[in-house]
Amino acid sequence: MEIGISHYLTVGALLFTIGVFGIFLNRKNVIVILMSVELILLAVNLNMVAFSAFLNDIVGQVFALFILTVAAAEAAIGLAILVTFYRNRGSIAVEDINTMKG
Amino acid sequence: MTPLPVHFAGVKVGKTKGTAMGLQAVFFYLFAFVAVASAFMVIAARNPVHSVLFLILTFFNAAGLFLLTGAEFLAIILLVVYVGAVAVLFLFVVMMLDVDFAQLRSGFLEYAPVGALVGLILAGELIIVLGGATFSPEIAASGAQAIPALSDRSNTGALGDVLYTDYIYFFQIAGLILLVAMIGAIVLTLRHRENIKRQDISRQVARTPATSVDVVKVKPGQGI
Repeated sequence: MEIGISHYLTVGALLFTIGVFGIFLNRKNVIVILMSVELILLAVNLNMVAFSAFLNDIVGQVFALFILTVAAAEAAIGLAILVTFYRNRGSIAVEDINTMKG
Repeated sequence: MTPLPVHFAGVKVGKTKGTAMGLQAVFFYLFAFVAVASAFMVIAARNPVHSVLFLILTFFNAAGLFLLTGAEFLAIILLVVYVGAVAVLFLFVVMMLDVDFAQLRSGFLEYAPVGALVGLILAGELIIVLGGATFSPEIAASGAQAIPALSDRSNTGALGDVLYTDYIYFFQIAGLILLVAMIGAIVLTLRHRENIKRQDISRQVARTPATSVDVVKVKPGQGI
């Protein structure tokens, strides 16, 4: 059976859904939530690359590269915020992040 | 499904033999299955260190899928950037923070039904919309920047041809984003602790004999 674009898009959809599900499942653990966001971005990248290959257009790969850049920056900033928060509050539970609730 | 007359992995798909196609399918299903399974283990693993390691496995298999579509440069960049930098950063943070992860997992399944419902709806919609996607040959041939055949130009070269000309401003902005992220991460995690002896170079350089030497007249037979 020939592997078409729909196969790749299905894998991307599954990875995206697992990422969203992970955010629901690990509501207390910020580190796993960040990993779920990485999974979501990976799914988007997979879609970009699949469309790039099957539409014969290299711009999709260029944008996948930019998504990769933003994802790396997001991970670095997110983990830095996490380390600072842990230093100040001694916890990384999401329920404790309510300082700005007023 | 109608076969697409496009370059697939730089090779004309329609002209390959059945065995090559079968091998490609085998590798696609291998990579796809391991990627999805390890992605599920990322969110289901008890230990966050295991989560990070499964994330690395997911990235490796996604890189394999990238290779199958012919995006060689992105596949290697995915490994270098994610496995080499981001995943190690995650591992570092998980091991550095002294968190009771068992306590964090209490109420783990509390939101699972809602999450499963949302996930199933989302997956169903996405697969219904995308799973049946096919493109007419006219659309497939109308790419703005056609990928040159792999025999003419390597994937890295083709990407660079576009990235450094048409998308040079985007490229510069990407660099700026990385710079902001780097400075932001340093500013967030840098802390000045009191009661630590530090070298103050400007004060050292500004010292003169008048400010640093104190001449004391000592009377004979007495101490200071």
